[in-house]
Amino acid sequence: MALAMSSPRSAARRALRRNIEGYLFVSPVVLGLLIWTLIPFVTAFYFSFTKYDLLSPPIFRGVKNYQHLLHDPLFWQGVKVTLGFTAMFLPLSIGAGLAMALLLNQKVRGIGLLRTAFYIPSIVPLVATAVLWIWIFDPDYGLLNDALRALHLPAGLWLVDPGSALPSLVLMGLWGVGGGMIVFLAGLQGISEEYYEAAKIDGASAIAQFRHVTLPLLSSTLFYQIVLGLIASLQYFTQAFILGGVGSNMGAPLNSTLFLTIYTYQVAFSYTQMGYACAISVMLFVMILLLTLILFGTQRFWVFYGDRG
Amino acid sequence: MNTSVVQGSAAKDSARMPATPRARQPGRDLRRILLYTVLYGGAALFLVPLAWMFLTALKTLPENLTYPPTLLPKIAQWQNFKVAWTNYDFTLYTYHTVFITGTSMVGVLATSSLCAFGFARLQFWGRDFLFMCVIASVMLPFTVTVLPLYIIFKDLGWLNTFKPLIIPAWFGGGAFNIFLLRQFFMTIPRDLDEAARIDGCSTFGIFWRILLPLAKPAVAVVAIFWFQTSWTDFLGPVIYLNSPDKFTLAMGVYQYASDVGAAPVHHQELLMCVALAMVLPSALVFLAAQRYMIRGVVLSGIKG
Repeated sequence: MALAMSSPRSAARRALRRNIEGYLFVSPVVLGLLIWTLIPFVTAFYFSFTKYDLLSPPIFRGVKNYQHLLHDPLFWQGVKVTLGFTAMFLPLSIGAGLAMALLLNQKVRGIGLLRTAFYIPSIVPLVATAVLWIWIFDPDYGLLNDALRALHLPAGLWLVDPGSALPSLVLMGLWGVGGGMIVFLAGLQGISEEYYEAAKIDGASAIAQFRHVTLPLLSSTLFYQIVLGLIASLQYFTQAFILGGVGSNMGAPLNSTLFLTIYTYQVAFSYTQMGYACAISVMLFVMILLLTLILFGTQRFWVFYGDRG
Repeated sequence: MNTSVVQGSAAKDSARMPATPRARQPGRDLRRILLYTVLYGGAALFLVPLAWMFLTALKTLPENLTYPPTLLPKIAQWQNFKVAWTNYDFTLYTYHTVFITGTSMVGVLATSSLCAFGFARLQFWGRDFLFMCVIASVMLPFTVTVLPLYIIFKDLGWLNTFKPLIIPAWFGGGAFNIFLLRQFFMTIPRDLDEAARIDGCSTFGIFWRILLPLAKPAVAVVAIFWFQTSWTDFLGPVIYLNSPDKFTLAMGVYQYASDVGAAPVHHQELLMCVALAMVLPSALVFLAAQRYMIRGVVLSGIKG
């Protein structure tokens, strides 16, 4: 403290020292963001205006890639698949995760066991998950159709039929819903019991308690999960890629699982059209950005930030 | 209404009724039965696919291709694991995966804790703005950066090496980990820093000798999350590695699946063996470290 009384010049030097020290500590992430995020991000836009086959240097061709995109049926198929999947998967996974968390957030015997059982599928590596579910969905020998036949229900073609391939991927994704459940459970356990006591004294029904206590106090967690879930499901890739690889045909059957990410991969690595692939990925980015912004815009109508520790 | 005192824990468990005397109500019992059925039935349903994976792995090929299906293998075919494992060089893939996960983890732990300490404890110009940028980067879709990164790695001559999977991890180890560690550092009283500084400790000394040892539980969480991320990573290897002598486990399983799918006879039992071999370490780490992982979720409010 005695040092604080010294001359202005040494104070300035100390301030400089402090700044340098601070930047040294955070320099890894600052450099990392610059090198591995910002520069690639900017160059993606640049490449999207070029023709680039990785062999010869990129040739600038203006907005031609984007013009081409508008008339590319596969691009629009990609948009349809990507949005369709997200529209199915996001509400179901958030709803199921929340419902499971609500059920588990009660006095139940064997809570640890139940939590583990629901959570463990979400830590199974994606490759293993995909391989396992392709087997479960197998129309001839798969477990799912075995079970349906045993119950005298009609068996399905699942991943083999263009009509049911996408819903099948949704079902497979819902197996990993335990990850979201744990987050909701943590959020629920952060809500003070006092609110419920007070609501009960006021004679609030279970539904009223959920609407007026649980939901507002959980809304920030919910919002965050929806944002992250949206971004993740619009970029759904690995499982669809493996499905295509195992079926030896990307986007199979009949392009019904041709997500924009899969199409981007195909254009980039099968046709080595890096410029066009970048244009597709920029469009996906714009889609994600717009939808995220819309989501943020709805925030003030339903997300409650006050009153939490 | 907000401070009405409720005596004791009479209504502690969620009897979702107005505070009436706790007489035994048939409706209540029915509700409990229903709850238990849904929860335990649901849990069983979630475990069925994993059990099926295991049972498939232990059966013979004809057993897996019969209808009606047999539930249990007649004789458990443990040698399936050996056959599948040695069909391809899975031992080599395991070495590669261990190497990548290990070396990147050191980078993640070292640099994310340094950065988190900087953001939690040091004063410098533009700190909060930089931190905001770090957090915002979580929302930037990887799809838009992955192709330029491929080109950068190609120009650097890093394709088909492990460098793209290791070196970026040494640059802060991801926004999520920095956020989590920063949250933890901020719960540690500043008095400790002050005391150490008066004793002549340098800033790095405060980080290394005071805060980092106290943050061990949070560092463990980061290590576990990173293990799960890197061990199971598919996107990185599939883009940056292209020759089988460089494959990781995830790539090996994928290759195996493609070949099984393309073969006239689908040896699902062997495929399930290699997939299980990949699941096992993830599951064991999770079971051993469950408490830490759930604490990590509570601490950060986000899943890794």
